Amino acid sequence: MQLREEWNGFAAGHWTSDVNVRDFIQQNYTPYDGDESFLAGPTEATDRLWGKVQELQAQERANGGVLDCETEVVSGLTAYGPGYIDPELKDLEKVVGLQTDKPLKRAFMPYGGIKMAQQAAESYGYKIDPKYDKIFNEYHKTHNQAVFDAYTPEMRDARHSHIVTGLPDTYGRGRIVGDYRRVALYGIDYLIAKKQEDLLNCGDGTMTDDVIRLREEIAEQIRSLRGIKDMAATYGFDISKPATNAHEAFQWLYFGYLAAIKTQNGAAMSVGRIATFLDIYIERDLAAGTLTESEAQELVDHMVLKFRMVKFARIPSYNELFSGDPVWATLEMAGLGQDGRHMVTKNDYRFLHTLENMGPAPEPNLTVLYSKRLPLNFRRYAAKVSINTSSVQYENDDVMRPVWGDDYSICCCVSATQTGKEMQFFGARANLAKCLLYAINGGKDEKFLDKKTGKNMQVGPELAPITSEYLDYDEVMHKFDLMMDWLSGLYVNILNLIQYMHDKYYYEAAEMALIDTDVRRTFATGIAGFSHVVDSLSAIKYAKVRCVRNEDGLVTDYVVEGDFPRYGNDDDRADDIAVWLLKTFMAKIRKHHTYRNSEPTTSILTITSNVVYGKATGALPDGREAFRPFAPGANPAYGAEKNGLLASLNSVAKLPYEYALDGISNTQTINPSALGNDLEQRKANLVNVMDGYFAAGAHHLNVNVFGVDKLKDAMEHPEKPEYANFTIRVSGYAVKFIDLTREQQLDVIARTCHDRM
Amino acid sequence: MLGRVHSLESFGSADGPGVRYLVFLQGCAMRCRYCHNVDTWAMDGGTQMSADEVLDKAERYRGYWGEDGGITVSGGEALLQIDFVTELFQKARQRGIGTCLDTALQPFTRSEPFFGKFERLMGSCDLVLADLKHIDPAGHKGLTGHDNANILDALTYLSDIAKPVWIRHVLVPGITDDDAYLRRTAEFIGTLSNVERVEVLPYHTLGAYKWKELGIPYTLDGVEPPSPERVQNARRILGAEGAPS
Repeated sequence: MQLREEWNGFAAGHWTSDVNVRDFIQQNYTPYDGDESFLAGPTEATDRLWGKVQELQAQERANGGVLDCETEVVSGLTAYGPGYIDPELKDLEKVVGLQTDKPLKRAFMPYGGIKMAQQAAESYGYKIDPKYDKIFNEYHKTHNQAVFDAYTPEMRDARHSHIVTGLPDTYGRGRIVGDYRRVALYGIDYLIAKKQEDLLNCGDGTMTDDVIRLREEIAEQIRSLRGIKDMAATYGFDISKPATNAHEAFQWLYFGYLAAIKTQNGAAMSVGRIATFLDIYIERDLAAGTLTESEAQELVDHMVLKFRMVKFARIPSYNELFSGDPVWATLEMAGLGQDGRHMVTKNDYRFLHTLENMGPAPEPNLTVLYSKRLPLNFRRYAAKVSINTSSVQYENDDVMRPVWGDDYSICCCVSATQTGKEMQFFGARANLAKCLLYAINGGKDEKFLDKKTGKNMQVGPELAPITSEYLDYDEVMHKFDLMMDWLSGLYVNILNLIQYMHDKYYYEAAEMALIDTDVRRTFATGIAGFSHVVDSLSAIKYAKVRCVRNEDGLVTDYVVEGDFPRYGNDDDRADDIAVWLLKTFMAKIRKHHTYRNSEPTTSILTITSNVVYGKATGALPDGREAFRPFAPGANPAYGAEKNGLLASLNSVAKLPYEYALDGISNTQTINPSALGNDLEQRKANLVNVMDGYFAAGAHHLNVNVFGVDKLKDAMEHPEKPEYANFTIRVSGYAVKFIDLTREQQLDVIARTCHDRM
Repeated sequence: MLGRVHSLESFGSADGPGVRYLVFLQGCAMRCRYCHNVDTWAMDGGTQMSADEVLDKAERYRGYWGEDGGITVSGGEALLQIDFVTELFQKARQRGIGTCLDTALQPFTRSEPFFGKFERLMGSCDLVLADLKHIDPAGHKGLTGHDNANILDALTYLSDIAKPVWIRHVLVPGITDDDAYLRRTAEFIGTLSNVERVEVLPYHTLGAYKWKELGIPYTLDGVEPPSPERVQNARRILGAEGAPS
């Protein structure tokens, strides 16, 4: 392809003759080393639109969490016709497009599971048109039904006891990031032509399962691309050709994303790494004098405004797992290129600046790809925004770049994926704390009872239980190893089944249309209860742990005698166990066949589900009481950290990222006064903390800067206007504090707040 | 030699420049009524550690220190273990670690053997955080149980040898929060040529529970932290950090 007219002013490269957005970025972006002084405030249009959205959000909250819900029409690319924030302010919207015909109205998305779609509507007082009952139960199946058709009794039991839990069998798996930038750079027609080429080249005519499936998928993708064009046309845009200016680039790209959120109710619907890409268009227009800085910021603000409005109808049990209505519209900034140049552009500043122009917000899930080699000006600005808004997360570009290159996106909370090259099979997490209890109790669940016998359920294999009064480290380790063998096998197979059915009944055609046909797949497992297992094993090894048994001989409680080192204090005795646990679990996962030859990975990440997992899990040998929340993600257990923030960070940093390529989430809350006496000091110190933490090889950090008093007041007085947008980082995402359940709020408050007198 | 260490903290951001590793030593002779670390008073408690042990632990955090950070030795009263602190600072210097001493200077005297030791210590100390408790001798005695003449002398000495000093002053309503006292403090600071910074620390009650735990009567019950206005007032008078411009 020769340099098209729309690309005037861009440097040519591989990208001009092939779909290759990374190459386009590397050939054309302008690194920015200056500070934030160039940034523009909100325009009047931004103020009015954001004001309107805040009004709607207040109504939504007053309505019990949902403003409106579609009950008649199944969502699709063109199912609902165009929607605007406010018909009267329509001309002010620089980036248009809503999921439904009205703002914050939730679409009807039955393909993940008709039952869930009905329940979700009902839990908010709406009733789905009864005809769909017949359509989706008699004429056609949905993902959830298909999964349950195929589950074995053992899988159902494991699911029931929450040893594997949060599985995407009642909701969309999400975590697929279409390369939405392709829509802007190439236009839809070229993308269709390329996919048609792929279809022609798919298979040699021998119809194996793989070839048949892929051919059908490509055909679906092409159909979706045409649908995206039609969708854009309803808003008056022809996106068959490349975008010709920044305004179009923002709009085209957003249409790509809009297609994804109109067709998939995925757990995580990430936006991807778009800031640096879009800066190239802005720079071209600024140079041509056709755009001002204020107009550029307005484009960013209006796009972000749309990301703040993404909503899905979800069932109550989902909301318990992932509290506060998150969608993980994750969006990345900064990072370094393979050639050593940093990738900070003015647009990376502009996206962070939305938190100042429109105040803090949980979505989009703004993520800085951090390295000590980013310009100090940018690190200091990000730190400032963090200190003022607690809405930013940081991920270590220096550990991710060697694995994923320099054009990866974050596809959920913390997990990297190569943009346009990869997809992920998301697989929730295995409860390793419960697995340890099964090892001690011979596979019997400590909480859930067998319906027939009324005794504790036999969920795991009937290995001989431990019968001694005091736990012996070697004996526990041996049995734990066997129980993890069982769990990892069962877990992988449950996921294989779920992913198979998801591909079959809820295929992400619109997102996959914007990803290479020859896609690489990762298979993302996860670990819950991590720090509690580590501390429990440490207690058994370094102190004495006495078992308390019930009349059936089942251990229901533990008494720890003596002191033991805990994970979170930079003490190798405990931290070595943490490293061992991660490596061991990952090695066991790797042994099994994974669906579509995907590459297995794991994460130490719980989102807010640490509360739900904890609720289902009995007392542990580390002293954690029965049914209390786990520590989130890779965080040390509550109260375990005795040597301050940096000791805790050093412990987490010891976990080798190569064994947890799906991410290692760490959430820390720092009292402002513990960070320094004034903003300048706080910025400098926060930069130092992150420089040190990431240089030590850590993967991720959620940074919250506020005191416990503010949380308590917000919990008691959610009606105060200053708390309407009070955003905090929890494990894996950001959330409006007042949207958390009270249980979650108490959990956040209980967690260690790093403070020093 | 071994020092008696009360506790270690990996993340200090308010005790000297940058991010610092904090070493709290055991033992103090002063009995400040607002003390929030009463558990450091006893001379015989704590964990015995060598300078190298402390520095090995501290160095695990070197990556967080940036250009300004390092270690800060506090207490208790660090100068009561002056031989240990000197060894610690000398070894820190050899390892290229910045050194900062947080002290109330109460053990200071120009008599030997202390004075010679203090001179040696200052040879490897980058910065002194001097806690000036009260400018008035009687007020000082009432607040801490000790006279302040040797403390003011110590500050003068530090000025004479041009040792960088940050003055820290805790503002307690009814005790130090008095404009006349604050002006006298400012006057005294004005006679020193080495003060890089003055910090006003508002009194807080977070350490009061420790008094109860140790069964020591707390004599400031009912005293509230100073209002933001009074804190600003003190900062203005003392020319302190965060003073309104």
